[in-house]
Amino acid sequence: MTEITEVPSPFCGIGTDDLTIKVDGVLLKVIENGCAVNTPAFEQPITDISARVAGQEVSLEVAVAKAAELLKDTKLPLIGGCATDVNGMRGLLALADRSGAVVDNMNFTGARNNFLALQDSGWMNTTLAEVKNRCDLLLVVGTDLEAFAPRFFERYLWNKESMFIEDTSEREVIYLGRAPSGEASTSPKGKKAQVFPCAIEDLAEVVAVLRALVKKQPIRATSVAGISVADLQLIADKLKAATYGVVTWAAGALTYTQAELTVQTLSETIKDINDQNTRCSGLPLAGKEGDQTANQVCGWTTGYPARTRFSKGYPEYDPFLNETKTLLDKGEVDALVWVQAFNVNAVPPVTDLPTIVVGRSGMTFAKEPDVFIPVGTPGIDHAGHAYRMDNVVAIRLKKLRDSGLPSTAQVLNAIEQAL
Amino acid sequence: MLIKLTGGTVYDPASGIDGQQQDIYIKDGRIVAMPTDAVVDKEYDLKGKVVMSGAIDMHTHIGGGKGNIARTLLPEDHRQDPVHRSDITRSGCGHAMPSTFVTGYRYAEMGYTAGFEPAVLPINARQAHMEMADIPILDKGGYVMLGSDDYLLRMLTAKKDQKAINDYVAWTMQSAKAIGVKVVNPGGINAFKFNQRKLDLDEQNSHYGVTPRDILQVLATAVKEIGVSHPLHVHGCNLGVPGNVQTTLDTIQGIGGLPMHLTHIQFHSYGTEGDFKFSSGAAQIAEAINRNKNITIDVGQILFGQTVTASGDSMRQHANHKHASPNKWVTMDIECDAGCGVVPFKYKDQNFVNALQWAIGLETFLLVNDPWRIFLTTDHPNGAPFTSYPHLIRLLMDRSFRNDVLSTIHPEAQKMTSLASIEREYTLQEIAIMTRAGAARLIGLKDRGGLSAGNWADITVYTDNTDRQKMFEKPDYVFKDGQLVVVDGKVVSTKWGTTHVVRPDYDPSVEKGLKDYFDRYLTMKLGNFKISDDEITEDGRGSITVHPLKGEVA
Repeated sequence: MTEITEVPSPFCGIGTDDLTIKVDGVLLKVIENGCAVNTPAFEQPITDISARVAGQEVSLEVAVAKAAELLKDTKLPLIGGCATDVNGMRGLLALADRSGAVVDNMNFTGARNNFLALQDSGWMNTTLAEVKNRCDLLLVVGTDLEAFAPRFFERYLWNKESMFIEDTSEREVIYLGRAPSGEASTSPKGKKAQVFPCAIEDLAEVVAVLRALVKKQPIRATSVAGISVADLQLIADKLKAATYGVVTWAAGALTYTQAELTVQTLSETIKDINDQNTRCSGLPLAGKEGDQTANQVCGWTTGYPARTRFSKGYPEYDPFLNETKTLLDKGEVDALVWVQAFNVNAVPPVTDLPTIVVGRSGMTFAKEPDVFIPVGTPGIDHAGHAYRMDNVVAIRLKKLRDSGLPSTAQVLNAIEQAL
Repeated sequence: MLIKLTGGTVYDPASGIDGQQQDIYIKDGRIVAMPTDAVVDKEYDLKGKVVMSGAIDMHTHIGGGKGNIARTLLPEDHRQDPVHRSDITRSGCGHAMPSTFVTGYRYAEMGYTAGFEPAVLPINARQAHMEMADIPILDKGGYVMLGSDDYLLRMLTAKKDQKAINDYVAWTMQSAKAIGVKVVNPGGINAFKFNQRKLDLDEQNSHYGVTPRDILQVLATAVKEIGVSHPLHVHGCNLGVPGNVQTTLDTIQGIGGLPMHLTHIQFHSYGTEGDFKFSSGAAQIAEAINRNKNITIDVGQILFGQTVTASGDSMRQHANHKHASPNKWVTMDIECDAGCGVVPFKYKDQNFVNALQWAIGLETFLLVNDPWRIFLTTDHPNGAPFTSYPHLIRLLMDRSFRNDVLSTIHPEAQKMTSLASIEREYTLQEIAIMTRAGAARLIGLKDRGGLSAGNWADITVYTDNTDRQKMFEKPDYVFKDGQLVVVDGKVVSTKWGTTHVVRPDYDPSVEKGLKDYFDRYLTMKLGNFKISDDEITEDGRGSITVHPLKGEVA
């Protein structure tokens, strides 16, 4: 039995790397600095150790050969999930390039809200250490931050010491659109966040008025979506008065059509504030289950984010047409490869197509896939790299135990070689 | 296997060979002396061909977060240049900010065999190395960025001695796996986080009271004292600001004889004369370079067309966003470490400022006398994509071509440049110095950049052609570590290059202060910050090559 300290997590997205984990054979127990997201993800037991073809246990070699056989004569296979580490994504993209597949990260529809805004007008963003040391006002838009990342406040806002904030408990937190589910945002001194809730789909209108107020445009209405314009004026004034305001949102929480326009309005508001003699930055929340990793690796390999097809022999990005659900619903693809090394609950969509699952050990299926190859989890069963939510920092994942499970990269490289 | 390259006209400035007919032998990846008894397995008849070592780009943004932001920002640019996969190459995209695989292929297809990423943020170094690990064929390496990191600025405020700073610099180089140290807008990226919008050489950071001059002094001293061959790599203050020629001259003067490399100096050579209050400072800069032997430069030539600028200089990039074309841009403050800014640019020959920028770069090339102290760069992709190098070489080697292009640019810019009167044409040997021998010497690469026995066999063979653009864009052969990778300007096989680093010593007690700082203020444990060798070598493709420090026996 051993204890491993300073363990980085690929699960929470905020790059916690202070976990202490007790390893007993292949059993893991988080004994320090766990949270509701990380603890179950680390402690998930191994169940499957051998691959299956049509529900029958087979060797890895047989499963790889079967997967290659299923992919060999396909016209347009789809590689979904895309939840793995950097090396896993490298293998995935090599396989996609060779087989002319569509690659689609499972969280892309949420992330699309950010990509469309970024690719249309850009943004001014910051990273977690800047938040920890500089942020004097945090505006949380449309997101239950502590449910997203339970340790965000403890690590990055209520940190005892900060280089440039004298008393971190004096920081201000404002929620716009969605109320927090708990008390994590209440400062150690008991100072509570201000909360201005509205229906999530009304956020587009609310942030549009906020931007107008930041730009000193006259607003004739007295309230918008149940929030008084006076309150929005207060938020605008605070953002402009802050030394280093930070605006955060989770693109995936903005669950309404054309939410990219909300992200764009927020990002343009931040730019406007920076033109009014103070600093302000955005902080998009993401980084779960390899979503940033998928987009980063696909970015440098193809030029595009991870919703890209290779069917013409070169990468083609389309944030709408290459969506898994659309492709399956319209019957445009003829095989499904599902890659998910982090989360046993993130199972592939049920389909009649030939299905190959390269998944975390412990995954259960409503419909047994043609091929299931259980793989190790990056940061538990093998070393690797994963990107944190702020996209700049790649964390070095550790190997914690010897499970004998292959890595995603090993499996996908073997399938590619067999083609 | 013994390969013989027979009868080529060799330009190897590292050995003082200037256009002599010579045979070259290759064995086990290296150039060897003529064997007395061995049988030649493969011979290439190079009579009439020009032979140089593989070219080295000493400043090119090929790895790291800002490059990937630039890629993500510009899908419409990629769509203009899709790149098909082949039996031996991967698909991707080209033009302004190519995908990693295409970066490797296209460099190799121009005869380049190494590229160095000049702006590796310590906290983003993993990404830089991971991206460069996906660039085939090329060797690579990085200069780690310091100077706006809060740790260094705190040290300066606390009046830590030079020894402590040396330890920190050496530790950072080892942690980030670097071969050089760069400073970008010294202290300015940090000042931007405190809402300062400009920072002159002697202007104080509002929080730390430290000036860019202080930062340059301690970092240039540190680099020299820890024995790193490559001098401090400096992206100066006031990039792009009319009148910054004076800042640059003051920077040269202020460094007091320490070795210093001023990068993309074209962007720092602007005067304020003329009707548009924008003029060329190239003559003054060239005169200062010629006089101060401790200074080296690369040009950062701009060439007309669409590109994207990706820089660590968040302060200046924010100021420049009003020129964004298309109008979208990104800046980031990063981890109490640095920052970045990504702004697409379209340089136009009928825009007065752009046209004069073009002329200023060329004036600089032609007025600096010593080709060992000036390097051919476009600051890829900031001045232009690296694929424009053959065109740039023609501009330098062919006066009539240069003057033809000059006659087409904005007429007011033509009046503001001395370019038409400059007669100099670069020779093949001078090109070989700038792009091979000089670059290898400047970076401190052992056994690269030359063609004498003992060097790695990175070799490029061209067909001599008076149209130098045609000559340099399509080599007959390129060998990387002795493997034939390009024939007639097309990749015929691929391999993986090595990562070049240096490992300067530091006092291990430096980690005591750093650990405390990481635990209190940063978001990552010190142990998780340091990059291990495994991270570069574990996939079986990468390797690390450690180069000697100054004073060490090579």
